[in-house]
Amino acid sequence: MAAWSDGRIIEKDQPTASTVRLRLHVDERPHHLPGQHYILRLRAPDGYTAQRSYSLASDSDDPLLELLIERQPDGEVSEFLADVAEVGDVLELRGPIGRWFVWDTKSRVLCVVGGTGVVPAVAMARTARRLGRTDLLRIAAVGRSPDELPYALELERYGATLAFTRADVGDRPAGPFAAEELAPLLEDVDLGYVCGSARFASYAEDLLVASGLDPAAIRVERFGPTGD
Amino acid sequence: MPVTRGFHRRRPEPERGRLPPGQYDTGSSWPVLSAEATPQKSEESWTFGIDGLVESPHTWTWQELHALPGSTYFGDIHCVTTWSKLDTTFSGVSVDDLLEVAKPDTSAAYVMAHSVTGYTTNLPLADVTGGRAWVVWSFDGKPLPRQHGGPLRLLVPHLYFWKSAKWLSRLELMTEDRPGFWEQNGYHDRGDPWREQRYQGDD
Repeated sequence: MAAWSDGRIIEKDQPTASTVRLRLHVDERPHHLPGQHYILRLRAPDGYTAQRSYSLASDSDDPLLELLIERQPDGEVSEFLADVAEVGDVLELRGPIGRWFVWDTKSRVLCVVGGTGVVPAVAMARTARRLGRTDLLRIAAVGRSPDELPYALELERYGATLAFTRADVGDRPAGPFAAEELAPLLEDVDLGYVCGSARFASYAEDLLVASGLDPAAIRVERFGPTGD
Repeated sequence: MPVTRGFHRRRPEPERGRLPPGQYDTGSSWPVLSAEATPQKSEESWTFGIDGLVESPHTWTWQELHALPGSTYFGDIHCVTTWSKLDTTFSGVSVDDLLEVAKPDTSAAYVMAHSVTGYTTNLPLADVTGGRAWVVWSFDGKPLPRQHGGPLRLLVPHLYFWKSAKWLSRLELMTEDRPGFWEQNGYHDRGDPWREQRYQGDD
């Protein structure tokens, strides 16, 4: 397991109103698998630290590490990264971490992802493109609207199936995925990857199981509070 | 380690000694993390068993578990993703009481907790005995919600919470340690939050 290292912010932007994207340089960074995450740690002058885990959006061959951070209300780390951190700043990073929610680049998989839960699917898509194996990886992504879904354009160009819960887009009325929209994506799939909020993950798991995917073939990454 | 430019403590300093290093108080929220689909198996059909290196392997039905003397944990829980939840109340039965029925063999030194999903996590037997571990079905006086491991989960609050297996189906007693799910996937074998044993290679 990797030790802590320093990461310098090389690029920073705000792709959607509630997210900030950081691209960081780390010296002698180890190889990572798509779906793995890094821990980012902030350190105050009095020694106080705060650390959070973020999925990588970047492929291992990308010279920089790319993280997408969702601004949380009162989020000690996310608000700092959105409002205070600047290009050139140095943060502590540790990773890559996790060997479960990763794509082995050989299995046929469907990612059903929502909101900032698209991030590991973006990493998988970039890796699939690099390897010329986009045939192995399908993505179904859900956002509130095209403006609010991180990486919406990149996902669309990849060929992902998109759904918007609060916006009519083309001839698709606003709403979550229906079983018949996922059915063609599930043909010949070995594994389903679900990533998103607790509420989204429950919905997506149920939909995949109802569509005939074995629960044992579903890998889940949930985040955020339950709201209850 | 470098100080992060412009970063200052925003949360009030916690009560001394209350939070393990690197943890923050999540307050009234309770984040949900799981690696597998939430099982839908009903409470009525739920059973819990102890097997492996025991004299009398035993399986309890949902009703039989509830008929055992109850035991409650009042205190804090700590997740490896850095949140801690303070002053929780979980009720169920003490693992000591369950082991008393199954009678571990003297050669048993480790436990593997198994979930109905296939999730596993390994623990030294010493970490689930001596009043430090429970099998619980209620949180704050209400049935434990599915997403938090209901109807039945293991509770080992002195270790990081991935050790408190959700949707618990059995405890297997073993002579030798073997890694469970997260322990095979990059996480620490024991997971003591006070020693910050988060990942393999820590401590």
